[in-house]
Order: sequence, then structure tokens, then C-alpha cells
Amino acid sequence: MTYTTIIPAAERKLKNRIGVGTTIRNTCTLAYRALLKMFKNPEIFVDFVVLPVMFTLLFTFLFGGAISGNIPNYLPIVIPGVLLMTSFTNCTTAGTKLREDVDKGTTSRFKSMPISRIAPLAGSLTADLVRYVIGGTTVFVMGYILGYRPEAGIPAVIFSILFMMLVAWCLSWVFAFISMCTKTIATASGIGVIVMFPLVFLSNAFVPAETLPSWLQYFVLHINPLSSVVTVVRQILTYGTIGADFWFALFGTLAILIVFIPLTLIAYNRKA
Amino acid sequence: MNLHEKPNFMLNEINKMDWPPYRIPESEVDPIMKNNAILAVEAHGLVKIFGDTRAVDGVSLSIPAGSICAVLGPNGAGKTTTINMLATLSKPDAGNVKIFGHDIVSETQIVRQLIGLTGQFASIDEDLTALENLMIFGRLYGYSREDSKRKANELLEEFGLSDVANRALSMFSGGMRRRLDLAVSLIHQPPLIFLDEPTTGLDPRSRTQMWQTIRNLVKGGSTVLLTTQYLDEADQLADNIVVIDKGRVVANDTPDGLKRSVGSSSLHLTVKDANNAANAAQIIERILDVKVHFAKASELIAPMDNIDKLTDVLTTLKDAGIALSGVNILQPTLDEVFFALTGEGSKDKTEEN
Repeated sequence: MTYTTIIPAAERKLKNRIGVGTTIRNTCTLAYRALLKMFKNPEIFVDFVVLPVMFTLLFTFLFGGAISGNIPNYLPIVIPGVLLMTSFTNCTTAGTKLREDVDKGTTSRFKSMPISRIAPLAGSLTADLVRYVIGGTTVFVMGYILGYRPEAGIPAVIFSILFMMLVAWCLSWVFAFISMCTKTIATASGIGVIVMFPLVFLSNAFVPAETLPSWLQYFVLHINPLSSVVTVVRQILTYGTIGADFWFALFGTLAILIVFIPLTLIAYNRKA
Repeated sequence: MNLHEKPNFMLNEINKMDWPPYRIPESEVDPIMKNNAILAVEAHGLVKIFGDTRAVDGVSLSIPAGSICAVLGPNGAGKTTTINMLATLSKPDAGNVKIFGHDIVSETQIVRQLIGLTGQFASIDEDLTALENLMIFGRLYGYSREDSKRKANELLEEFGLSDVANRALSMFSGGMRRRLDLAVSLIHQPPLIFLDEPTTGLDPRSRTQMWQTIRNLVKGGSTVLLTTQYLDEADQLADNIVVIDKGRVVANDTPDGLKRSVGSSSLHLTVKDANNAANAAQIIERILDVKVHFAKASELIAPMDNIDKLTDVLTTLKDAGIALSGVNILQPTLDEVFFALTGEGSKDKTEEN
């Protein structure tokens, strides 16, 4: 074995800061790493596809008759709802991969390297966009099979998926934060489910808000931010337009991002 | 009498045969290694407090560039905590550290470009192949795709992993994983390498391979700081051994110096009748001029420098009418080092996190 002689410390070019370029490069490398890992385990794609298929069939046939009288009338209501639920469920597990890295010691190695602190987080969460695309596409494919034809056409479908990807990516920082604060990964996913159920079901995702008692209607329409997200998607799909709800949802999710990026980063650095 | 010394002597002889294998002829020594003025690590009064415990309590050490320093101690002594602070993973609560003259707190990013860390847990990805693992780290250190691939292949070659470069890690043995883990921390050719218990849990063959790898690193001009629980490993590899216990440095010496204070071998002697043990201890202490401690009521352990004195010990014991049921000459264990240095054993320490 012959080792190349290393360059002595004094003769190296060194700098004491990490620039934006390095941050982006590191994030891309670590997103690539996460994707590579994702594609090495084809089983997880079953999860990506089965979940939206199940949700679409379940909600459409279970509630279709009761809420809208028949299935075709219910599809424009339920498809945006299922899109939300799929994306939301996918992002509750966003922190799992990060936690695995922390628990295994990979994060310690990252921390000893001259790389951007935020890159391991941003890389992993960005790679998850692939899951949201697959989930969203599956929902619309299922909708199509069941007879759903959105009035605004294919561009609106693509726009809805992109919008939902942005929302899910921003929300995933919240769940990444939660997974960094709990003792075990299992607790984190438990909390994810606890957060997801009331927020998704106490929204206009599956039922028209008008059918609810007034106090609940107030929560659904004025407090739960997810209702705005669903309203935006319905509006895009039906009329091909965006309104005040779109900007409300957009700024809301960006606000979440601004709060949770630093929080998640602090929690992550403390955990590792 | 049940004399076991012969096979043990032979073992000692085998160990000594290739001793010291890593000393390099003067002509081959890199100039930087001769220049002891360059300190790879210079730490003063390091303190780390977790809750109520002072995990590291005033550790100071300096490591000349191009040497191997072994931090020796039992579980929970503060080895990992110390290495984590030196490798910029956690900030010391007190004290200061300079790595090649760069402060670890104010010049963190510079320090990180100069070090490689291999922790106790394999930090490589199970799902990926050896080549992919190495390439990702190469990319993170800022090398282009081509350079990362070239460096990765060079390292795989050097570590004898070329054949399995494209195989998923789940097929790898413990020793192969450990070597790959080390290879990952070498991809940017750091002048200072931290190895946290590099051979714990490895079989003897993988262990010898790892030792050879570490020696080769130093031949290339790197400085190595490793932690270990094995005196024999520190003795084999290190130019300097720092013994720590309960977060404090209890000894800092060359392997020879340390062995002088501990005894190069250790006499284990069992008396037939435990009532004679105290008498036997007195005799041994007088002849060997050392302190004896008891492993059991009838088993005495004493550090021993000069094996020739064994005859005197045995003759005197026989004259005093003390019958023996066993005599062994063994290499001193970490426990005995600790007994010699601190007056108490290394057992019953809480597990290190």
C-alpha cells in the first residue's frame, strides 16, 4: 500500500466561511444521496403509490353518496382533499431519514466537515419532492379512472401538484423539527399522525363546511390554514384562477418556513 | 506447581519480534515529522459538563505533527467527549484548542478542512455501494465528479476494497466497513485524523490490518489521534500515550515511560491457602519493590519489570513454606495500568455515551 504524501497544514488554501454557492452545492449532493437511497429501496415506492390509491378509493366510495348524492358530483370535492391528505401524510415522515442519520452517527461526520450546516436538512427534505410528485400524480390518475375531468384541464392539474409540493415542502420543516425534538423516531411519527388527523379532517377537505355546526364551521373556515390550501386547489382545478386564498396560503407557508428553518436547524445541531 | 510462564513468554517474544515495526528509517522521515515545533493539536484545560457530571475535567494535550497519540481509558473516561470537542462537534465549556495553530471556536471552518473523523459508529450508508459512499463525501468536500471518482477509486485500491467497490454495504464484514469508514474520512487527505476506538469489535486479523493502515497514514505525513481501551494497542501504535480517567489526564508519557511506571509485564500468582496471601504479598513487594494488589483473596497481581526476578520470588516463597497453585506472567491490562497510576481499578465505570 502506498499512500500519497499529504499536503502539510501550513501549505493549504483555507477559508473560514461557507458561501451560498457551497451551501447550494452541498444541498444538491445530499439531495442526490437521499434520492439514491430512495431508489435503492424500491419497496418504498409501493408506499408512495398505494397510499394515494387507497385514500382516493376509500373516501370517494365511502362519502360520495352521503355528501354529494353520487360519485361524479363528489369527485371535484374529494380529489383536492385527497391530494392534501396524501401530501400531508408524506410530509409527516419527512424527519425519519434525518433522524436515522442522527442516530447512526452520519450527522456527527457531517458536523466535522467543512460543509453548510443546513445542507443535510435541506437536501433530505428537498429529495422528498419526488414523493410528493408521485403521490400527487397518483391521486389525479385515480381521479381520472373514476371519471374526474377537471374543467381547467391539464395545466391546472400540473399547477395544483406544484402548489401542493411547495406547501408540503414548507410543512415538512415542521415535522423535521418535531422529529429532532423527540426521544425516538416512533414518537415523532406518532405526533405526526396526531397533528395530521384533526387538521385534515376538520377542514373542508372532505365535506362542504356549510354542513357543519357553526362553531366548527368557524374553525374550519377561519382558523385551519389547510382549508385555504384545499380551496385554492379546487379553484385552480375548476376555474383555472387564483384568488385571495392563494396568496394567503402562499404567505402562510412561507411564514412557516421562516420560523421553522432556524428552529429545525438549532434542534438538529443540538441533537447530533 | 503449575508454571504457565513458558507459553506466555513465547507470546511476549512474538509481540517483540516485529517491535517496533512502525519506526521509519531516519532517511525516510518527512521533514515535517522531524520538526516538532509544529503542533497538530494543542489543547489547554478542556472542560465539558453534562448536567452534574464533568465528563471532561481539564484535559490538556499537545500532539506534534506527524506522530500518533493514543488516548487510553476505560468506558466513560471522557475519551469520546474529548475527541468530539477536538473535532469541532461540540464546544468546550472551558479551555482552548488550536489545530495546526487555528482556534477551534473562532476558525471552525478552517479546522474542519484540516481534520478527518472516524467515529465509533459506522457513519456510512448501508444502502449505497462503497464507491457511492466515497464519491458523495468527495463531492461534499468540493471535488468535481471526476476527481471524487478518481480519489474514491484510489482509496478503494489502497484499502483493498476495489473488488467490492460496487457492492452494497450490507454485504460487508465489520472490518471492511471500518476500513471504508476510515477511507471516507481520508478523501480530502487531512493532515490530522481522529479515530475513536478504531479496532473495538474487530477480529484479530482485521485489527492488525487496521494498525498497518494507521501506520501507513503517518508515513504519508498525517498526524493521528486515536482512542483505545487496550494498552497493547496504544503500545503498538503510539508515540505518546495519554491515559485519562474520570475526565482527567492521569498520565502522559511514551509507551516505554508508561510501561516503566506500570511494569512491562505482570505477575499473577495464586496461593493454595488464602491465609498465606498476605505473607506472599509482603515477600513479593520486598523482592520486586512494587505494590501488590489482590484480584481475589488468593490471587495476587504485581507489576514486573525484570522477569529474572521470578526465580527469586519463587525460591523465597518456597523457603517460607507458601504453596502455590498457579503462576502466570501476562501483559499488564488496562485495569492494572489504572491501578498503578490511580491506585484503583478501571472497573465499574458507567457506560460512555
